[in-house]
Amino acid sequence: MAVEDLAQEMDAIVRKERSLWAESFNRLFKNKLAVISGFFIIALVIVAIFAEFFAPYHYAEQDLLANSAIPEWMLFLLPEGAENYARISEAYPLAADNLGRDILSRTIYGARVSLAVAFVGSAVSLMVGIIYGMISGYSGGRIDSIMMRVVDFLYAFPFLVVVILLQTYFKAIARRGGGSGIGLVFINMNNEMGGMLFLFIAIGLINWLGMARIARGQVLSFKKKEFVEAARAVGANDTRILVKHLFPNILGPLVVAETLAIPGYIFTEAFLSFIGLGVDAPTASWGIMISDAVQGLRSYPNQVLVPAIALSLTTLAFNFLGDGLRDAFDPRQKR
Amino acid sequence: MFRYIIRRILQFIPVLLAVTFFTFVMMRAIPGGPFDFAGDRSLPPQVVANLNARYHLDWPMWKQFLSYVVGDEMLGEEGSSRGLIRGDLGLSLRYRGQSVNDIIATTLPVSAQLGFMALLLALFIGIPMGTIAALKQNTWIDYTSTFAAVAFLSIPNLVLAPILIWIFALKLGWFPVATWGAKPPYLWGFLPSLEQMNIDYFKHAVLPVFALGTSSAAGIARLTRASLLQVVNEDYIRTARSKGLRERTVIIVHALKNSLIPVVTIIGPAFAALVTGTFVVELIFGLNGMGKHFVNSIGNRDYSIITGVTLLYAIVLVIANLLVDISYAWLDPRIRFD
Repeated sequence: MAVEDLAQEMDAIVRKERSLWAESFNRLFKNKLAVISGFFIIALVIVAIFAEFFAPYHYAEQDLLANSAIPEWMLFLLPEGAENYARISEAYPLAADNLGRDILSRTIYGARVSLAVAFVGSAVSLMVGIIYGMISGYSGGRIDSIMMRVVDFLYAFPFLVVVILLQTYFKAIARRGGGSGIGLVFINMNNEMGGMLFLFIAIGLINWLGMARIARGQVLSFKKKEFVEAARAVGANDTRILVKHLFPNILGPLVVAETLAIPGYIFTEAFLSFIGLGVDAPTASWGIMISDAVQGLRSYPNQVLVPAIALSLTTLAFNFLGDGLRDAFDPRQKR
Repeated sequence: MFRYIIRRILQFIPVLLAVTFFTFVMMRAIPGGPFDFAGDRSLPPQVVANLNARYHLDWPMWKQFLSYVVGDEMLGEEGSSRGLIRGDLGLSLRYRGQSVNDIIATTLPVSAQLGFMALLLALFIGIPMGTIAALKQNTWIDYTSTFAAVAFLSIPNLVLAPILIWIFALKLGWFPVATWGAKPPYLWGFLPSLEQMNIDYFKHAVLPVFALGTSSAAGIARLTRASLLQVVNEDYIRTARSKGLRERTVIIVHALKNSLIPVVTIIGPAFAALVTGTFVVELIFGLNGMGKHFVNSIGNRDYSIITGVTLLYAIVLVIANLLVDISYAWLDPRIRFD
């Protein structure tokens, strides 16, 4: 009996000693909305990767004779008197756009662009921001104040205007073609990706500022802690302290902030595509689809609806997931 | 305080110069010029050369920039530029005979009225909604409004604008689809004149303002709720209650004012979002505002309009941030600038 009691007691102790990360994930999994959002995003990623498999048509496949074709059940969305002009066809499950391309397929392929921007954009901004912020915070003193002055300075730039200018520049360069060396490599890569590469660069280059500030603040709060002193006492050099000891400790808030920033990236991509500075036609993107559909809003409001719902649901999922992550990884903030 | 403001304003100068320089150089580095027309509409090379000479585009870059900033007179050259330092933003390259100042004077009021009304909407919906949610914490009112806030935060104005048009303008016919209710001349240069400020003006404004302001309202509501919940647990609130003050007085006078500090911080970024949001809303609603002109001018390579409008946006942003910092001091007397 006594041994079993002891074992049970030990068990309880072992359970208490789970790592901080495991505790956080445990809290995260208790948040239903965050879990559902997580699954939604995973499902969306799978659909986007295997778009060829899920989409009934290719995104560029068009049938001009079927322009704005609409299945019968969607007719209620159209204005009164639509029976006189609408082209009814069951070939397109969620109707066709004004060039006769399947909207469902284009929405599925469009997820690729939005998700790619979400993940690559955040990877770029995280990487640049973490390196910059950690160096700044760890160095301290003069280097820190100069590096942060630079960030403050860049913060005063109107962000979207700068992205627009960068993107105009990149697109014009890509359209002109030519160039040499590394530039040519980038241009070719960009063309192969349907104009996405430069979009990643433009969006990532702007958003690292906020990440750098958070990373610096985190490093400042941790670098005087005992475990850093201990590491230094046993002879760890600066690189090792930064990578092995500080980095894992500051990652939480950065991931949370980045997740909450993702909807912004998706909006930016959609906006750039909307004004014709996003991906190149005929690559499908939700922004381009909305932009095309707005032209014919009066007659075919159904065409705006599908990409609009996809865009809103995706950003909603990232927002819920981000909120869940914040509550889970920073319990002090939970109320 | 006064010295702090002066110092901040002096700090603006290098930032604004850098923004101007970046835009100026960036635009000219982009392939394709303002006088490139495709196919049949292309201009003979001599004409392009003459146009380039007229607008000094044949000068070296540093000289063009100097001419833009200090004016031609100071450079000892013949030319029309009176210089940024005298408030001259130059001539539009594509709208023949119009200066950038003229274009801004006619288009900025539309954007400013739109943005200002959207900000008011965001504050007057966001703060009460967040307050109510916090006071009724963990009831269905709280859950519904919190969920609604996240939902509206997730709907970009790119989506909201066409859907609002579809439902309220096309289906229900309550509001007009496009155009802005006020036309020049404007009161004090940016307000609609009094005889234009009628029900029709507001009918035109409702949909664009909602399309622009709801996501900011949602953000403010969320922040107000979180901040108020934190403040309510502070000692001084208990003190106020134990003094026997009415609950309404406790909330409005003691709690709300302090909980507004984080809300004020978001007004700066929210204001920036409104400014840029006007791009989409003006394009979709067909409003003759500055954002629409900006986007069109990018395609036209109208260097002067792009540079001028970007500079104006930057000025608006730095001033908004300064106002935010000043209002901290008013809301929280512990914060002192010197």
